[in-house]
Formats: sequence, C-alpha cells, structure tokens
Amino acid sequence: MIAGAVFDIALVALLVALAAWSVSTRSGFTAIVGFIGYGVLLVVAWMRLRAPDVALTEGTIAAGLGGVLLLTAQARVGESAARTSAGAPRQDGGPSTIARIGIAILCAFVGASLIAVVLSLPEPAPSLAPLTAEALPRVGLGNPVNAVLLGARALDTLLEKVVVFLAVIGVWSLSRDHAWGSSPSIGPRTTSRVGGAAGGIAPAPAGPIAMLARIVPPFGIVVAGYLLWNGANEPGGAFASAAMLAAMALLVLMAGLGRIPRCSQGSWRATIVAGPLLFMAVALLGLPLAGAFLAFPEAWSKPIIVVIEIALVISVASALVLLIAGPPTTEPSP
Amino acid sequence: MLLDFWTVAVAALGVLFFVAGTAGVLRFPDPLSRLHAVTKADTLGVGLIALAIVPQAATPLDAAKILLIWLATMLSAATVGPLLARVAIRNGDER
Repeated sequence: MIAGAVFDIALVALLVALAAWSVSTRSGFTAIVGFIGYGVLLVVAWMRLRAPDVALTEGTIAAGLGGVLLLTAQARVGESAARTSAGAPRQDGGPSTIARIGIAILCAFVGASLIAVVLSLPEPAPSLAPLTAEALPRVGLGNPVNAVLLGARALDTLLEKVVVFLAVIGVWSLSRDHAWGSSPSIGPRTTSRVGGAAGGIAPAPAGPIAMLARIVPPFGIVVAGYLLWNGANEPGGAFASAAMLAAMALLVLMAGLGRIPRCSQGSWRATIVAGPLLFMAVALLGLPLAGAFLAFPEAWSKPIIVVIEIALVISVASALVLLIAGPPTTEPSP
Repeated sequence: MLLDFWTVAVAALGVLFFVAGTAGVLRFPDPLSRLHAVTKADTLGVGLIALAIVPQAATPLDAAKILLIWLATMLSAATVGPLLARVAIRNGDER
C-alpha cells in the first residue's frame, strides 16, 4: 500500500530529524523534551512493525519513566551547578569538535552496518520462531511474547529483575553517609525542609497536580491490574504493569501527597526484594519438582507464572520509584 | 462508505486544529498565550480525531476506550497548563 509506505518514510524522516535536533540543541532541558518526543514517535514506529508489547514498553519505560528520570537528574545537576559556581552557571563544553566528529562517524558506521546486515538476510530469515511457536502452547499463555519471556527465556527475566534490584542498590550508594537509610526526597520543595533543597525556592502550589494525584491513581491501579492480567493472552504483562504502578506512585509523591518510606525499614526492603526472591525460590523448586532449574511442572505452569508476575510487579514498581526518586537525601529523623 | 467519509472529514478538521495550535506555539509572543494555543487547540484536535475514529471501532467498548483516551488527554492538558503557566510567571518575575 503506497499510503503505508509514505507514512513510514515520513515517520523515519521525522525520527531522524528529531534525534538530530535533540542532540544538537544547547539546553539540556530541550534535549530531554526532544528525547521524550522521540520515544513517543518510536511507539508509533513499533506499532507499524506490529510489535505492541515492545511499543508498550517503549512508551512507558523509555519515553515515560526515562523522561522523568532525565528531567529530575537535569534539575539536580542544574541546581548543584548553580550552587557550587560563583556566578552564572558554567556552560560545559562537552567533548571537543574532533571527538564529536569521531563519535558521529562511529555511530553512522554502526547504523549503516546494522542496516546492511538486516537487508542482506536471506528470505525467510533464519530464526527460532517456528520452533518456539510449536513449544509455546505448553507454557499455557496465549501471548507469545510473554510466553517466551516467562517460559522459554525465564532465566533472562530473572536476571533482569535482579539487575533492576542491583541498580537500586547503586542509586542508594550515591547518598551521603549520614543520609544512608533515610527516605529519598521527591516532591514539592518547601523552604522549611533541611538538607538537599536549595533555600529560596518557593513551595510548588498544590493545586492542579494534587487534583490529578487524587483522581488518576485509582484508575491507574486498575489499568495496571488489567495490563498484568491481560498480559497472559494479549499485549501487556508484568513490566508494563509495573511501570504504570510506578508512574501512579510518582504522581502521588510529586504532588506531595505521600512520602517514600525510610529505606532502612525492613518491610520496605522486603517489598523490593520479594519479586526476585520468589522467582528464585520457584526456580530452585523446579529442580525437585520438574527436573531442571527454572522448569515448571506443566499442569501448574500458568498459575506459577501468574504468581511470579504479581510478585515481580510489586518489586519492579517499587524499584522503579526508588530509581527515579534518587538516593536518600534527607537527614534521618531522630 | 459514509463512515469512511466521516472519518476522513473529521480527521482533516482535527489536523487543521493541530496546525493552528502549532502555528500559535510558534508565533505567539509570550509563554502564556502559547500555552493557550497548545492546551486548547491541541485538545480539540485530539477530540476531533477521536470522534473521527469512533465509527471505525469494532465494538462499542472500543469506541468508549477511544473517548476515554480523549478524556485522559484533556485531563493532562488541564493539569499541565496551570503548572507551566506558574513556572512561566515565576521565570518572568526573576528576569
């Protein structure tokens, strides 16, 4: 269809233009806005490639939560630079021109090689997809993407969730010694808050965002549950659901309607670790019950996967909130 | 056939409002009036495009979902507008 081809070409041209613009713009903030727009356009591109699960992950994690992460990082870097330098904030030059040209050539080379490789694949391209498709009904899920993620490649998913949890530890290790174990500060700054907030920033008014934070989270939680349950047979699944829950939690936190519990609390730490631990326990139980590590007994496959997904959603949502909120900064209260 | 005509016509009208909103963002003098252009014109554009797609939906539930998406867009525009306006006013005062 000629209309489809025109649309695709226009989309790719827009993607490249937006990427070039956001790389070359001066201010960090506009570059981040360009990145978020780029992520949203990529969602459209993934849908054109008929990959709704990837589109969902791209939209929620990369464009959504990634954008929030970059914006909060930019705000923190900007404010610390304004505090430490004497006058106007330093304008960081970044890499030299020769380095930039070298990086551009390298990126173009990698991109061109990837295009050449993909275009030179024989038709039909060699893949394990038909073999996998035969084995998928035994996993018990209707959605092939989630069946592969939690059935055939469950080891990868387990390791990914452990990596998320390690990232949280990495972020926590950035906190100052005296702040270890307290809660991260995120939300409207008040001049009465000590430690971490630059004095003189007016308190953000609670009006519109507080209203949004009161109205939207119930719907968001229902949609997250729907995504989790529906991921068995349709696009969705644990990660998208966790991103939705994390987004709702961040909305509530940023409006100042709630605070993250102290990171030294045992119950909070248990929540973060529960998902990977449960996954690991089920994997080890597979040894006596089904004959191999991470093997599920075939009749119990779907219930086990659902239980693992629920635990994973809670842990990953908590981990995502902590990753975006940053290291614990407030003084631990006596 | 009639449904396709409706879709194309109303979607074209929605695109017209989007173009108007973008022209406003590019041409209006200060941030507050640009916010007017973005929130009002773009929300109306999204609403028109949603109305254009509704007859093509397979089931009434799908049509309701499309209208819910429009509602969510309106909610986000209504929330972000005042916040951006407050930031714009604050930045204007500091300069």
